[in-house]
Amino acid sequence: MLELKNISFSADDGEVEIIRDISMTVEDDKFVVITGPNGGGKSTLAKLIAGIEKNTAGQLIFDGVDITDKNITERARMGIGFAFQQPVRFKGMTVVDLLRIAAGKNLSVSEACEYLSEVGLCAKDYIDREINASLSGGELKRIEIATVLARNVKLALFDEPEAGIDLWSFNNLIRIFEKMRSECCGRSIIVISHQERILNIADEIIVIADGRIAKRGSRDEVLPEITGTESAINICSRIK
Amino acid sequence: MAQMDAVQKRLFQEVADLHNIPEGAYNLRANGESIGRNTTANIDIQSKTDVSGIDIRIKDGTRNESVHIPVVLSQSGLKEDVYNDFFVGQDCDVLIVAGCGIDNCGSQDSEHDGIHRFYIGKNSRVRYVEKHYGSGDGSGKRILNPVTEVYMEEGSVMEMEMVQIKGVDSTKRTTVAELAADAKLVVHERLMTHGQQEADSIYKVSLNGDGSSADVVSRSVARDNSYQKLDLCIVGSAACSGHTECDSIIMDNGRILAVPSLEANNIDAALVHEAAIGKIAGEQLIKLMTLGLTEAEAEEQIINGFLK
Repeated sequence: MLELKNISFSADDGEVEIIRDISMTVEDDKFVVITGPNGGGKSTLAKLIAGIEKNTAGQLIFDGVDITDKNITERARMGIGFAFQQPVRFKGMTVVDLLRIAAGKNLSVSEACEYLSEVGLCAKDYIDREINASLSGGELKRIEIATVLARNVKLALFDEPEAGIDLWSFNNLIRIFEKMRSECCGRSIIVISHQERILNIADEIIVIADGRIAKRGSRDEVLPEITGTESAINICSRIK
Repeated sequence: MAQMDAVQKRLFQEVADLHNIPEGAYNLRANGESIGRNTTANIDIQSKTDVSGIDIRIKDGTRNESVHIPVVLSQSGLKEDVYNDFFVGQDCDVLIVAGCGIDNCGSQDSEHDGIHRFYIGKNSRVRYVEKHYGSGDGSGKRILNPVTEVYMEEGSVMEMEMVQIKGVDSTKRTTVAELAADAKLVVHERLMTHGQQEADSIYKVSLNGDGSSADVVSRSVARDNSYQKLDLCIVGSAACSGHTECDSIIMDNGRILAVPSLEANNIDAALVHEAAIGKIAGEQLIKLMTLGLTEAEAEEQIINGFLK
């Protein structure tokens, strides 16, 4: 269980307040989708949970432990996983190298291949590929998701996982989330997304705007209110 | 390899991946003397009579054979100049593994200056691997100043892998290549300096024949207070294509001067250079830390990958 108590975050020496006094709880086994307008503070909130940014006020409690002063590594080792919105490239490092680091053990090639197949990449084509500019944005994004799958996390954070991937892998993505939930008891998943189809499988939806929680509740409560707004859009609004 | 001690064995392993006597032709040199040699029907090795060093002659049409010529120095204060000439015939396909390991536990400087000259015949393909390594905790410096000259005839291909990852205090590496028509040179250099080390790496590749090409890629890491100068030059004097790339990571107080240069003397010469120097990207460290590595472990992984 993750608890945020009065979390605030300011950038530029307190000049700009990005997160304003957010308190919330993410229960075990829950699939929570955070949505809201661009610039509202969603990504920052996820980074605060992973320890990538340090909150300027408030407290974070993870499974009963105060993690406010714990660094990224410590939080990762406690079971918090993070899939970045814009995955980073590593010259020279191969896909299997990265998956091995993620798994924290010397994964066999066939184990590594399983994670790649999960994200819809033909494993034999990718396992020895360098994570460099030769990979497309969509390929990188899928590898990023595979690194979270390879870790046995208690809490998984995905920052706009659907950005840059095509329709086919979108279906796949939803299947991945469902599998992650069924596989591990007590695991919770937080996804930042605007996509209706991801909002549709949420247990709970949190709308963040202007650094605050604007709305929060079950999917059935919140979704009807936000459908058609910037917080919940179709895969391609032009098709409609 | 009966005369070898444990230090020498370790050095041979580092520079030539040798656990035992290699297959094929070889010449093993330790502390200024040849301690083992083997020739084959196609590959002959003879000691030079005027200066220190060997002549390696590879017959026309020799394929899938290898030559190992590693050198180790484990005696403090030894300074040597060694001239090794490779005469590769036509239509060959061979692997040449060289390299030098110095272990200096004493207070005097140890230095090995190897001058390697390659004469590569028409349509031959050579893969050349050279590793340099230093160890030992004495105050004496470990110095390596290799000179490599490559003369490539028509249609020949040379792939060079030059690695210097650890323990060499001072190095000045000079590589000169001249390519005839349709010859192709590919160089991958990997360099890491630390402590107070200094490394100069100089390449001058002359593309003299139509259809010749060169791709010289250097990846380097300068840590602690070390300094590197990377001077990569391609001269195109025919209808040719050339590319150089210096890609460097600086850490701590490391300093790097990258001087890529191109000279085109022919309207059909197509030459490109790229150079980039920077510290490890913060996002890379953060990504690996979210996978459970500490910052130091993350750095190590990034460097290992970069220099692989």
